[in-house]
Amino acid sequence: MSSTRDPQLRDGGRSDGPEGSLQPTIAASSWPLWEVFVRARRGLSHVHVGSLHAPDAAMALRNARDVYTRRGEGVSIWVIPADQIAASSPDEKDAFFDPADDKVYRHPTFYHVPEGVEHL
Amino acid sequence: MNDVALDTRVGDYALRLGDDALILAQRTGEWIAAAPELEEDLALGNLALDLLGQARTLLTYAGRADGSGRSEDDLAYFRDERDFRNCQLVELPNGDFAVTMARLFVFAAYQYELYSRLVDSADETLAAIAAKALKEVAYHRDHAGAWVRRLGDGTDESHRRMQAGLDTVWPYVDELFESDDLTRALAAVEIAVDPAELADPTLSHVRAVLHDATLDEPEPTNRHTGGRRGIHSEQMGYLLAELQHLARSHPGAQW
Repeated sequence: MSSTRDPQLRDGGRSDGPEGSLQPTIAASSWPLWEVFVRARRGLSHVHVGSLHAPDAAMALRNARDVYTRRGEGVSIWVIPADQIAASSPDEKDAFFDPADDKVYRHPTFYHVPEGVEHL
Repeated sequence: MNDVALDTRVGDYALRLGDDALILAQRTGEWIAAAPELEEDLALGNLALDLLGQARTLLTYAGRADGSGRSEDDLAYFRDERDFRNCQLVELPNGDFAVTMARLFVFAAYQYELYSRLVDSADETLAAIAAKALKEVAYHRDHAGAWVRRLGDGTDESHRRMQAGLDTVWPYVDELFESDDLTRALAAVEIAVDPAELADPTLSHVRAVLHDATLDEPEPTNRHTGGRRGIHSEQMGYLLAELQHLARSHPGAQW
């Protein structure tokens, strides 16, 4: 696996610097960031639960299992490289979201929802 | 074998399995807050807790089956070194991450084969404990196996250290597969699994991973054994001191 050839991995990123200095390398910077999505049970969507570091997708899934599903939180996990996510910019917040504020007719509030229907 | 003798032997057998799990849980727990990455820290913590859970049910059952009425705490905290029945592999110091993964991988591969047979035990309690533990050790084997592959097939340095890790643990591997009067007697009545049966399936899994990892199977010149008779290595006393000192300093203390 080519990614394991990253020299930072040789001793888990806690090695002294290359010249044997006492400055530890910053371990977190050696592995890319992944965003984790967990589906709590069938019928629900995957929901973002947090992020973690891992050298590749296989290890990211494994780490996600250990970090985010220790208490039975999920039945399915997605991991996505954080740098693959295109996010809206906070600067564009007004243009993106404010025009929706006064358009109440877009909300499904004019329907009667029968009692006992979940996950709508 | 009369019933009392049989029950005592079942207790002794459960004690061996429980001690293996307890001592490896203690060793693995030493990594908490010291693992190379936060994610691996949690993984090793989870894994140690799995083993501790196995130890608790097995020791509880051991104390009940042998008629001594000893609780899991009595067995874990108030026995001396010579009364522990774990194999020496699990008490080895952690060494570096590669030694830890080599030990964990071989031991989980052994436990996987053991529990996947023990689910058919004529003893219902052992069968139930095995069924629960099997899923846990399947993950341990998978997790440690993935690291053995990565490090073996990684950089020159990671390969060298992974091979050194295997070389360190290998002299302790044969002890896992030793049969004695106890296991033979219990295997004859289909309560225990004869350890000798586990050697081939365990080692064939291990060898397949070593092959993928471009690692060589060590050929040690010496072999260590004796754990099942209470003979332990020098490190065991230090491990027990850390494990037991709080409970012995404050007998009966509760959270």
